[in-house]
Amino acid sequence: MPIIEENGKPVWRRRDRKAAIYHWIGTLAIGLLVLYCSRLISAQTTWEFVWTAGVQAQDLVTRMMPPKFGYAAELWRPLIDTIHIATLGTILGIMIASPLAFLTARNTTPSRHFVRPIALFVLVTSRSVNSIIWALLLVVILGPGMLAGILAIALRSVGFIGKLLYESIEEIDKRAVEAVTATGASGPQILTYAVIPQIAPTFAGISIYRWDINIREATVLGLVGAGGIGMELQSSIDTLAWSQVSVLFLLILSTVVLSEWVSARARKAVT
Amino acid sequence: MLEIQALSKRYGSFAALDDVTLSIGEGELVALIGPSGAGKSTLIRCVNRLVEPTGGNVVLKGTNLTTLSRSALRFERRRIGMIFQDYALVNRLTVMENVLSGRLGYVGFLRSLVRRFPQADVDEAFRLLARVGLEGLHDRRADALSGGQRQRVGIARALLQSPQLLLVDEPTASLDPRTARQIMRLVSELCRERGLAAIINIHDVPLARSFTDRIIGLAAGKIVFNGAPDALNDEVLTTIYGDEDWSQTTQSDAAEEEEVAA
Amino acid sequence: MSATNTQSTPVRTWRRPPLIADARLRWTLYIGAAIYLVIALSSVEINIVRLFEGAARAKILFAGVLSPDFVTRWSDIRVGFLESLTMTVVATAFGILLSIVLGLGAARNLASRPVYVVCRSILAVSRAFHELIIAILFVAMFGFGPFAGVMTLIVSTVGFLGKLLAEEIETIEWNAVEAVTSTGASWLQRVTYAVVPQVLPRFLGLSLYRLDINFRESAVIGIVGAGGIGATLTTAFDRYEFDAVAAILLMIIAMVLLAEYIASNIRKRVL
Repeated sequence: MPIIEENGKPVWRRRDRKAAIYHWIGTLAIGLLVLYCSRLISAQTTWEFVWTAGVQAQDLVTRMMPPKFGYAAELWRPLIDTIHIATLGTILGIMIASPLAFLTARNTTPSRHFVRPIALFVLVTSRSVNSIIWALLLVVILGPGMLAGILAIALRSVGFIGKLLYESIEEIDKRAVEAVTATGASGPQILTYAVIPQIAPTFAGISIYRWDINIREATVLGLVGAGGIGMELQSSIDTLAWSQVSVLFLLILSTVVLSEWVSARARKAVT
Repeated sequence: MLEIQALSKRYGSFAALDDVTLSIGEGELVALIGPSGAGKSTLIRCVNRLVEPTGGNVVLKGTNLTTLSRSALRFERRRIGMIFQDYALVNRLTVMENVLSGRLGYVGFLRSLVRRFPQADVDEAFRLLARVGLEGLHDRRADALSGGQRQRVGIARALLQSPQLLLVDEPTASLDPRTARQIMRLVSELCRERGLAAIINIHDVPLARSFTDRIIGLAAGKIVFNGAPDALNDEVLTTIYGDEDWSQTTQSDAAEEEEVAA
Repeated sequence: MSATNTQSTPVRTWRRPPLIADARLRWTLYIGAAIYLVIALSSVEINIVRLFEGAARAKILFAGVLSPDFVTRWSDIRVGFLESLTMTVVATAFGILLSIVLGLGAARNLASRPVYVVCRSILAVSRAFHELIIAILFVAMFGFGPFAGVMTLIVSTVGFLGKLLAEEIETIEWNAVEAVTSTGASWLQRVTYAVVPQVLPRFLGLSLYRLDINFRESAVIGIVGAGGIGATLTTAFDRYEFDAVAAILLMIIAMVLLAEYIASNIRKRVL
């Protein structure tokens, strides 16, 4: 109890003595860890480069300016490819993720001890590996191009959509499920009448949100050869054509901002 | 002690308060009644400027609150305790932390950050907790209490400010009839003990009649009645709330059963 | 419906009302979606010969996943892994501190108008670009190595946490703030007594989640030279050492699993 007897009088403290000690030890430990890690990073850093970063940045900006706007004309095709990669990847991701989500959710899984852990592991794997790394792997297998990009986006989206979806399935109102079950409905009927209507808005929201994230991801997939506008970025950086890079940045920025706006509007409309 | 002069508050073209003038004496308990949207909450929030009035003055013991700078206002707010309809406790803090937050205007930021309040404040907090009937509950989290208990915490918090004026906003609206009566009795007793003046917003006319010295009726931002509880008859209620059969409400003895039945 | 109504129309069919009430809009959307899919799919070029070539590599890759090689490159993996961990810790710590400042400033109900606009703009800019693009710029500015990586992770942490914190603050119960204000509390006291207790659990949860994301991101930004396990991973890819690639990926997945387990335990204790 945070009341401590001091000179025979009750004194109120926020934490009792033991909790206070734990609290301070915890804070101190985190502080020391951060300090130690900072020193490790610092040892790996060439500080001369960091001190001249301002100069480097200035140099970079002067080389980017003025942007070579004429270059934008060549970029429509890769830009549209980027959007295709994001959209098709999202759709494929949804198609894989939805059944997985039902297999994972505690209240809809056919087997808690066998199917659920496997589905859960698939979801975690998909989520732990960034789409860029999926793309690295797929470019090795499929060769450079959009196909690798689409699959990379899909593989990463499965974990994201699957996790959010199965969590929302687990949170549905049980009473509706009971009511439909009480009418004598079969398993699939319970799904379509009691479960799916409850998660439909969330599902739509999650999908649109992931599409928006995927647009961002798709803009850089090309850096590892998986198609879209990132491939132009890679070749412009390799040839040190910084005035083209600035055009690419502007284009990517406006695409991302636009897709975020579209996604926000669409999500508001469905939920 | 409190003079409200020609106070008004407009939201665009809508007048929430329209030229309200009233004065409250030392130790006087005033009930503020009126239909929802009449401006009761706005009026008491204009007193401590949680809502900024658009015109008029609020003078507390000679200090004009409406013209104060922000830092001076902080200082004056300490003299005005406030009790809220839905208790307005910080749910994740303990009862003690909630009560002690009444002293925030008196202690420095760092002291309040590490929760080291002066021992005198802590002693007073324990005394108040005992007085409002919450002895031993100081370490409970605020969201672990019942509605009536939470309102008692709210009362203790307001009183720990050592205020001269209490603003009470619908203290009983979220409570059952019996608890509501207990809370109103507690508030009025505490005001009498400490010689506190209070403005109490309240929907419940019978409760207002039995626990306050004076009743002010507000309708559409204007004062339409200002007088003793006994002077509140059917006619007056009709001017405040509109037409209705008031026979049950004006017989305050019958009122309790009516409430329980409702 | 009354009985007379039923008599006058003996057969009353019922159909589920369609999602989009306006038939013309509905069909336009369906057909539009179909056309888009056809166009998008047809823009994906599939090189059959290359796919066959890839099949052989896929076999090597899967063989690598089944028998990951932790041993041969162990010292590289260890160094990269530890570097990723230190980068994660430092970037998350500084990112949290900065995002608290910016999050408070970007909450409409707490900050004054000019502060709000400035903080929101900073957050918007730091979210707009993909981590990889920020990393490219920082590597150009600060030189290769983990420092550029840490800076990148800080920027994206601030964009993420700052925005979510601001949104969380904007939805707190305002009456508690009013109550604390009416005691004569200063701005800082209002924040510590009425705002912090309301947003703390969620902010802690988000910070832990961000720790996990930062670790995963650290595996990606190494691709462009910003240090960490990503650098080791790219090297392994370049040398076609797929068994080492598999080992690294498995370690990342294990780490993410561990992080999630720890985070869920901490969340249970705090909430």
